[in-house]
Formats: sequence, structure tokens, C-alpha cells
Amino acid sequence: MSAVPDTHRAIDAVWRIESARLIAGLARIVRDVGLAEDLAQEALVAALEQWPEAGIPDNPGAWLMATAKHRAIDGIRHEQMADRKREEIAHEMDVIHEPDLDAQADDDIGDDLLTLIFTACHPVLNTEGRIALTLRLVGSLTTPEIARAFVVPEKTMAQRIVRAKKTLKTAGVSFETPHGEERDERLASVLEVVYAIFNEGYSATAGDDWMRPALTEDALRLGRILAGLAPTEPEVHGLMALMEIQASRAKARTDADGVPILLLDQDRSRWDQLLIRRGLAALERAEDLAAGHPGPYTLQAAIAACHARAREPGDTDWDRIALLYANLATRTGSPVVELNRAVAVGMARGPEAGLELVEQLVAGGDLEGYHLLPSVRGDLLAKLGRDDEARAEFERAAAMTANQRERALLLERAAETDR
Amino acid sequence: MRFVVFRKADDFTEAGAMPSRELVTAMLAYNRRMIDTGVLLDGMGLKPSREGVRVLFDGTGTSVVDGPFTESKELVAGFSLLQTRTREEALEWLRRWPAEDAPVRLELRQVIEEGDA
Repeated sequence: MSAVPDTHRAIDAVWRIESARLIAGLARIVRDVGLAEDLAQEALVAALEQWPEAGIPDNPGAWLMATAKHRAIDGIRHEQMADRKREEIAHEMDVIHEPDLDAQADDDIGDDLLTLIFTACHPVLNTEGRIALTLRLVGSLTTPEIARAFVVPEKTMAQRIVRAKKTLKTAGVSFETPHGEERDERLASVLEVVYAIFNEGYSATAGDDWMRPALTEDALRLGRILAGLAPTEPEVHGLMALMEIQASRAKARTDADGVPILLLDQDRSRWDQLLIRRGLAALERAEDLAAGHPGPYTLQAAIAACHARAREPGDTDWDRIALLYANLATRTGSPVVELNRAVAVGMARGPEAGLELVEQLVAGGDLEGYHLLPSVRGDLLAKLGRDDEARAEFERAAAMTANQRERALLLERAAETDR
Repeated sequence: MRFVVFRKADDFTEAGAMPSRELVTAMLAYNRRMIDTGVLLDGMGLKPSREGVRVLFDGTGTSVVDGPFTESKELVAGFSLLQTRTREEALEWLRRWPAEDAPVRLELRQVIEEGDA
């Protein structure tokens, strides 16, 4: 019966809770997220050495911060103090040494954490780098965990993270929260990263390492942190609402064999009502803040909410969904959104009306090669009793998709129209 | 993974006494921390068991028993729903429960999720 492994697990838990704030606070001082993370790691190593003997301190977060700062000061003093700027930093650290760290307004730490998120999602980094760095620095995941979640070798992920940190340093990215127009762009990048993490987890299938679906929880957690840090940004709540409502269907969206079940065929009693409630509340906040000009995430959340509110598929407010898609299509100019609108219009006003929109898309040619175009067209044609045309569309769609399951489903539908 | 934290009842909560201002402040700060970290999903405090009822099914019919219930150690005075990455992380949050609430008994239970055997 050794107490050490227990302590190690407890330290691991402390790390998960404290590390983002720790790195953020250190990054503000040393102005380098890579160095800040190294210092935080050194403090963690010190904790692993000392806590099993001495016990976990009452305020482990403050202990880690104090230790990391001492390391930073030592490191700087040991180097030649030629650089005047370094001296200033060292001085600053002396001035703000704890215990006032914990007394330091939570808002300050909040600002640092927000800056850390903005930095991890900086546009100088490629998408992979942003995702990896965000999960590592803000999500407190270890490199092996991130590697497992993204099904890449650990070494690859480690290199990706090192490269991202180096890029930030070489590009001279300052540890600052952007303002004005730049802030909007940078926030868009942050939201994109969080949603990409969510979708990566959501696309996990049965048999995948559990680390993959756990990414949806990581994304939800990142979103919640973000919502606390930037409470007046409508799209932060919009994204939160979208993710919570999508996550609410996690249990209902596949059958026992892992075969996907379409939204309208899902057993709605298996939808997670807590997540729906949270999602609807976040949507309300987003819509209030958007003051009549909802952004793309808020609009997508509003569409998801129409499904979440309907107890039965037949209760779905398709008119509203069609309207929301129209708004979204205007904002994004995406033909895929337009195709979704055609589906909604087909449900709201009948297959004829939906088909009319689809024909426009076919004529436009933007979705050439996209298998869902003939798939939707086939569905509307089948509803109109134009079976031969419908079958041809399903077969065409089947030939266009690389996804085996989807192809089987489409061929099944083609066969059905024969009867 | 999700966990429910039960805050067990005691004579104080069963009497329906109001918590001290210090405890309320500490509790709010504690919950705030969990919200800021994206961990706290839901939570609430419960009225004393004298305002509760028990419904018993014995296979032939139902009987309704009004509170209060006497085995106060087994009763629940409130609960929180947490989402964490590991069990240890949930446990660490429990360790940080406000000292102002002492003496207090907490119970951590994991929520059954999709894929659990």
C-alpha cells in the first residue's frame, strides 16, 4: 500500500485544474508562452518531488505559481544580465511575488487566460498547430493524450507543438489581447478551433479510442471557459449553444452497431435534456447580445434548437428552419447551406417548393461532385412520385460518395424506389 | 465523464437553518471557480426532509410517507453535477469544498454514460 501513486494522481488532477491559469499568469510575466509552459512544467516536477513527502499544500495553485516564478527569476539571474529588458522583467517578478497572486483579482487571471487562448489560436499558426496548442495549454491535455485523440504518433504531435511554440516566438507574437477589428477576427479563429475540436470528437465512431469522443467534452469545457471570459460576445454563446445541443443527441445518433441514425429517426427520449436546457439558455443569451444580427454559430444553434424543441419530428417548425437557413446562406454565401434550406423548404411547403431550389443549385453548378445534391434531389423526386428520376439520382449520389455506409444507404433507397 | 456530488444532510440542514454569510460567500466563490473552469454543469440545495415525501411500491400498491425522515446521515441536502476528464479531478474539486461548511460529509458518484458496461 504505497501512497505515492495516489499522490501522483492527485497532482495530475491539480495540474488539470491549475495549469491553464498558471501558464497564462507566467506568460504575462515572461511574454513567451513556450517559456511559460516550461516554467509551469518545472513547477510540476518540483511538486512531484516534494508533495508525496510533504503533502499537498492548502493552495496548490499558488504553490505552483510561486515555484515557477522562483525558477524564472533564478533562470534569468543565472544568465548574463546583459539584456536590460530581462532585468526589468526580473524586477517586475520581484514586485508581484506571491502571496498577492491569489489576492490578485480573478479578473486579471481571467484576462491572462483569455490572452493565452487568443495566442494559442493565433493566425500565424496552421490549424493543426492551433488545435494542438489550445488543447495542451488551455485544455491541460498531455501530448500523448492529444496524439491519441487525433490518432497520430506521439512524436508527430510533440513536434507539432514544439513547432507551433517556435512559430509564435519567431513571429514575435506578443502576449496581448487584440482589440477592435482585429479582436473580431482573432475571436473567429478561437471559435473555429474550439468547434474543430468538438467536431473531431463528434466524428469519432464506435471502436475508436475513448480519447477521441472525449474531445467533445474538452471542446465544451473550452467553450464554457471562453463564455466566462468573454461573456458579452454573442458568437461565443452561439457556439456554446450549438455544441451543447449537438452533444445532447450523442446517445441517440447511432444504433447498437454504430450505424448512424438520421436526426428525424432518432429516439428523442434519449436526447440529453440537461444539455438541451443549457444550449437553449446559451442561445437566448447569444440572441439577446446579437440584437437582431445573429452570427453564423448563433444561427446554426437556432436551427439545432428548432429540432431540440420539437417533441416529435412532426412538431418541427420547418418554416422557421427555412428562414434561419436563408439568413445563414446570406451571411455565409455557402451553397451547402442553400441545399439545407431546400430540404427545410421541402419539409415546410412541400417537395415541389424544395425541388425548385435544388434545380437552381444544380443550374448554378457550385455543388458539382457533392453527393448530397443528387441525394436531396432524389429524396424530393421520390416524394413527388417521380420514381425513375429519383432512382437515377440515388444511384448517382451513391457513385459519388467514398463512405461505404452512406453508399449502402443510398443504394438501398434506389432499390426502394423500384417497388 | 460526469459526477454527482452529494452534500449529505446534517442536523443543521435538517433544521432548515440558513447558512452563515461566510459560508454563502465561500460557496459562491467555489462554484464560480468551477463554472470558470467549465466543470460545474448544475447544482442545487434541497429543503429539509420534513418537506419531502417518500413513495413506496410494494408490488400491490403504493404508500406515501411524509417527512421528516430520521436517518439524517443518509439524507441529501444538495447536489452538484460536474464534468471532468478524470475521477481524480472530480475528487480534487471535492477537496476544495469550502472549509466554512465543516463538518460536512460529501459523496462522489459517477454518472452512467453511453458505453459503460
